[in-house]
Amino acid sequence: MRDPLSSKIKDIQPSGIRKFFDIVTEMKDAISLGVGEPDFDTPWRIRQEGIRSLEKGRTFYTSNAGLKELKIEISKYLSERCDLDYDYQSEILITVGGSEAIDIAFRAMLDEGDEVIIPQPSYVSYVPCCELAGGKPVVIDLKNENEFKLTPQELEEAITDRTKILLLSFPNNPTGAIMTKEELEPLVEIIKKHDIYVISDEIYSELSYKGRHYSIAAFPGMKERTLVINGFSKGFAMTGWRLGYVCGPVRIIEQMFKIHQYAIMCAPTNSQYAAMVGLRKCIPEVDKMRASYDERRRFLMKEFKKIGLPCFEPFGAFYVFPCIKEFGMSSEDFATRLLQEEKVAVVPGTAFGACGEGFLRISYAYSIEDLRVAIGRLASFIDKLRKEEDA
Amino acid sequence: MREEILKALEANGRIELAGLADKFGVPETEVANEIAAMEREGIICGYHALVNWDKVRDDHVTALIEVRVTPQKERGFDRLAKKIYQFPEVDTIALISGSYDFLVVIKGQTLRETATFVNEQLAVMDGIISTATHFVLKKYKDHGTLMNSEEREERMPVSL
Repeated sequence: MRDPLSSKIKDIQPSGIRKFFDIVTEMKDAISLGVGEPDFDTPWRIRQEGIRSLEKGRTFYTSNAGLKELKIEISKYLSERCDLDYDYQSEILITVGGSEAIDIAFRAMLDEGDEVIIPQPSYVSYVPCCELAGGKPVVIDLKNENEFKLTPQELEEAITDRTKILLLSFPNNPTGAIMTKEELEPLVEIIKKHDIYVISDEIYSELSYKGRHYSIAAFPGMKERTLVINGFSKGFAMTGWRLGYVCGPVRIIEQMFKIHQYAIMCAPTNSQYAAMVGLRKCIPEVDKMRASYDERRRFLMKEFKKIGLPCFEPFGAFYVFPCIKEFGMSSEDFATRLLQEEKVAVVPGTAFGACGEGFLRISYAYSIEDLRVAIGRLASFIDKLRKEEDA
Repeated sequence: MREEILKALEANGRIELAGLADKFGVPETEVANEIAAMEREGIICGYHALVNWDKVRDDHVTALIEVRVTPQKERGFDRLAKKIYQFPEVDTIALISGSYDFLVVIKGQTLRETATFVNEQLAVMDGIISTATHFVLKKYKDHGTLMNSEEREERMPVSL
């Protein structure tokens, strides 16, 4: 029989820590700090609108690019919250989560061999999506001492003649790092100088704990070379609704539109109506959730200090990224032992790139009570390891 | 900071002051002092546990009693209110706009005790025109808290 598969897909590496995930899933009584989604239910008003839209029989396709009213709300929201100015008619495309936007952005922009600079640790889909689109990922290993921010020097060194896109994902999953306006500014000069485009995944933009999130697209001259990807999953606690959007220059959006039209048709109608209410009515609830995450973040930082676990203070998303190098074992070994001996699940940093070795991603999308129990167990595990070392 | 402290305490009367202090970026003693001041000023009037008595004994009832009264000259409603709230059985009493005057809540009594109280103490009091007693059948949410919280964790244990 002939090989049914494309060589491209066979070359894509499956996530290396699947084995670890299987153990977590099977262990029923473990406390997990491993999830990448909010613990809050979607605000009730949004859910109500989802139900109402079904009752009203809004069960048909919407226009390919998404509901006009939703795009208008997004345009308003972005201008109020992020100082971004997008025309709802031509510069915004509603997608099936931010994930679809990442995929079709690469597909619309890359030719075989074009290089995409992907700073890691970062979300797991960038590299495979880039490769599937024929691009060549060029990974930058971000540094703990820089609090996992991208420095101008690191960027400059990664650029070649084939560099076409820089992928930015701040606030970052898994490190929780953010980049402020001042920290982005020197990158802007380099990007313009080398005529590079930016795909900025800002899905965690609402979860920024040190002043408001600043988008790189807001710098003068950057809008025309940036795709901003955002969505409702994190800030509005709507992961399962699968709704995101991408904003950018018309000449890119209209090509992405073609892929979206042929491959997807449109984002879920029900979710679009619900999200509209989210933008109109639920910002106070988003603010409340942010305040709650922030409280947990501070709690964790304080507990780490007590344990003596080194961790830079992250100001975004809902992750902390402590360093476990002192124990002389791999992230995966550490996570596996922590799970087996103390029944606490965290994600090894290596899930997000090789440079995540020596780190753990700990999610604080959990109640303070859960965090307290889990951190208590982590503390006793670390205590045990240190005693082993001394012995 | 005051209003923030009050909101936090209203949601959780036993919240750790250290956590609150962190939130405002002030020393813990400052939060404690602020709370003590608000207690003195009568802004914080008390701390209570929210108890689901249904799980403890099944013969206690909560009654909401609508009371219509004749307001008294010069003293208005206050004097009558005082006469009612002196009874230890009365958990809550409030003057209400609309078709009746006081809403009186009686808690922690049996059905018979509640009936006796209404018939023998409340309804016969001078100045009271009528009462209408409503018994709570099931309480779902109180002070912003679900009485029977739905335990559920439907998220996958790990996701990237």
